[in-house]
Amino acid sequence: MTSEVLHAKERDIVVPGEIIAEGMGFLPSKGLYREGAKIHAGRLGMIAIEGKVIKLIPLTGAYVPKLNDKIIGKIIDVLMTGWRIETRSPYSAVLGLKDATTEFIPRSADLTQYYALGEYVLCKVITVTSQKLIDVTMKSPGARKLKDGRLVEVNPHKVPRIIGKEGSMVLMIKNATGCDISVGQNGWIWVQGQTPENEMQAVQAIKRVEDEAHLPGLTERMKAYLKQLTGKTVEIPAVTAGAVEHEEAPAEPQEERREYRERRPHARHGGGRFPPRNPGD
Amino acid sequence: MAAKAVKQEYPKRHDGRGWEELREIEAKVGIIPRADGSAMFRIGHTVAYAAVYGPRDLHPKFMQNPETGILRCRYNMMPFSGHGERVRPGTSRRSQEISMLMSKALLPVLDLKDYPKSVVDVFVELPETDAGTRCAGITAAAMALADAGLVMKDLVVSLSMGHYNGKIMADIDGYEDCDVGISDIPIAYIPTLDKFSLLQLDGEVPKEDLVKLLTLAKKKAMDIYKVQQQALKARFTESHAPKKVK
Amino acid sequence: MMKEHVLKYITKGLRYDGRKMDECRPVTVEYGVSRNAEGSARVRIGETEVIAGVKLSLEKPYPDTPAQGNLMINAELTPMSSPLFETGPPGEQGIELSRVIDRSIRESKAIDLTKLCVKEGEKVWSVMVDIVTVNDAGNLFDAGALAAIAALKDAVFPALKEDGTVDYSKKTDKKLPLLQTPIEVTIVKVGDHLITDPLPVEEEVLDARLTVAFNDAGMLCAMQKGGEMPLSIEDISAMIDLAQKHAKELRKKLSR
Repeated sequence: MTSEVLHAKERDIVVPGEIIAEGMGFLPSKGLYREGAKIHAGRLGMIAIEGKVIKLIPLTGAYVPKLNDKIIGKIIDVLMTGWRIETRSPYSAVLGLKDATTEFIPRSADLTQYYALGEYVLCKVITVTSQKLIDVTMKSPGARKLKDGRLVEVNPHKVPRIIGKEGSMVLMIKNATGCDISVGQNGWIWVQGQTPENEMQAVQAIKRVEDEAHLPGLTERMKAYLKQLTGKTVEIPAVTAGAVEHEEAPAEPQEERREYRERRPHARHGGGRFPPRNPGD
Repeated sequence: MAAKAVKQEYPKRHDGRGWEELREIEAKVGIIPRADGSAMFRIGHTVAYAAVYGPRDLHPKFMQNPETGILRCRYNMMPFSGHGERVRPGTSRRSQEISMLMSKALLPVLDLKDYPKSVVDVFVELPETDAGTRCAGITAAAMALADAGLVMKDLVVSLSMGHYNGKIMADIDGYEDCDVGISDIPIAYIPTLDKFSLLQLDGEVPKEDLVKLLTLAKKKAMDIYKVQQQALKARFTESHAPKKVK
Repeated sequence: MMKEHVLKYITKGLRYDGRKMDECRPVTVEYGVSRNAEGSARVRIGETEVIAGVKLSLEKPYPDTPAQGNLMINAELTPMSSPLFETGPPGEQGIELSRVIDRSIRESKAIDLTKLCVKEGEKVWSVMVDIVTVNDAGNLFDAGALAAIAALKDAVFPALKEDGTVDYSKKTDKKLPLLQTPIEVTIVKVGDHLITDPLPVEEEVLDARLTVAFNDAGMLCAMQKGGEMPLSIEDISAMIDLAQKHAKELRKKLSR
């Protein structure tokens, strides 16, 4: 009977292949794998231990669209029945006519009147099939076109930290800089301030959180940093006890609707790096 | 360079190293902020940069695989990097073969099934070379793939071994590579699987010697493996992810 | 839309990364970064990184210049340095970069090509400069040009064997006959404003750009206009003045 040994501790940075624990009593979760009695890290990340469950928090990696994620997307193509959206992942998404707006869109309408190429939107992911066909909707609380602001790109894995427990971190930054900040799960963040200086402050604060996301004591340090940047003292918002910091989006079962997909002939090619769907896909 | 016989009588090699001694190694991760993952690996005077982009959309469409993402490696030596004359930019048969071998060496640790139709691009460029370039490239690429957050069973370690008249050598450098009497054996090793994902041989080697050589290769690979691990961890403990201000 | 937003910053005297209007990012120059090259240098401007290497070889001269050595400048926009660059032969952008940098070095007569002649009509030295991008965070023109001239400053002749062919394993301490060290600066016009050392987002929205090269005496020796909008004389004059100011700063970075 092999003894149970834990080779790593909470907050350790581990690399692929590294042996984290030995023993059949431990339960490896996503990002870790078991070979015999040994549990190995399956990617670069940080260890979190909850009793016998060993978790790996990814620190780097591409964004993978998940059901119900709120993301910021960029309109990259206009289709017959909607728009194509870049999601900052290998897979573009489709915003269908029926999900675009509460207004009635006539058949022959020029769709760029509603969403033009190059515009950014805050939307919600409503479908992810196993073939990674993705649908998004604008008919969701908070979904809107993003205007008059700038896009900040961060590592998608740092998003939970940037949001903070119950939104506390991003709220601190909003209060200190006076900026409106919308955070997409895909690592795109929209910052809109009254002046470019305010926006710059918010950008710097966000980048700082991104850099130090894996280090403890960040909230206090950010309070001091924001004071230094903006001159404003912000209070650390109260959070309910037990709120989890490194909270990824709730793990809801993916709806794998292998439905017949409507053929979507599209208005024109072009749209950058994402191949337009061909009829008959 | 004219072929020279290695003087077997001497206990050391032309640069004073022991037969099993590696040249000085150095690794750094995150050196190319624009990439999704990147790393530098240096062994002696061979330096390899690796940058990973992906998983990302793949063009042309006919190359897409609906069941899995694909790995695409590109190996290139900078024109001024080698001994001798300038090397014209562009691919050659040699660089294409090495690109393909690199993919094969790295693929066993990757699982790209969660990324159908996409591609993970690995670009390796060498600013300075002194033999062992494909090995340095693979070693750097493994770190860059980990840095990019890809799901990987393990890192891959690569080094070039040598053989001369029954004598086994670790880490062949440029001087030794030119010696026609020394057989060149590049390998890549995956520690968790205890298996080799790259194995080439140029020259004559008795089988028993080859087995001994592979055993030594594993041992020396672990020295490089430790450095890879440290470089990846240093990325975070040094608390400075490079800023991407767009 | 992006342009309006960048302009909003610029109008307030702020760059998109928080810099002041004509502030250049930190510049570093390292010499001798690639041992096998006859000369090499690495330039960093902010996070933009470029390596240049010089290789020399003995060739036949071109028929129309029998007593002169050859000079070739080649730039490669590696797919390693940006997700926007593709593998394959140089595209428009790469070719323009090569030729603009070539112009500044050739037209300033930076190298005395006559001193590269070994035997008239038969044997001359060929100087080949390769500029390779490592990380593109904007302003590859200036980083590339600076790396090229730094690599040339670093370059020495290789030794010759008894039979007159090159022995690449030995370097002499004889430097290349450099007469000038041209410095190239790119000024970008966005709306009515002029900025230097552009970021990728600023390069995306520019209306026009002017790359200007100056020799040691401060004289213009090469120029290239890019971008879709035309420029007036006033624009050009103002851009040259701004470029000259920055060229002085960049030149200081070259001193070892």
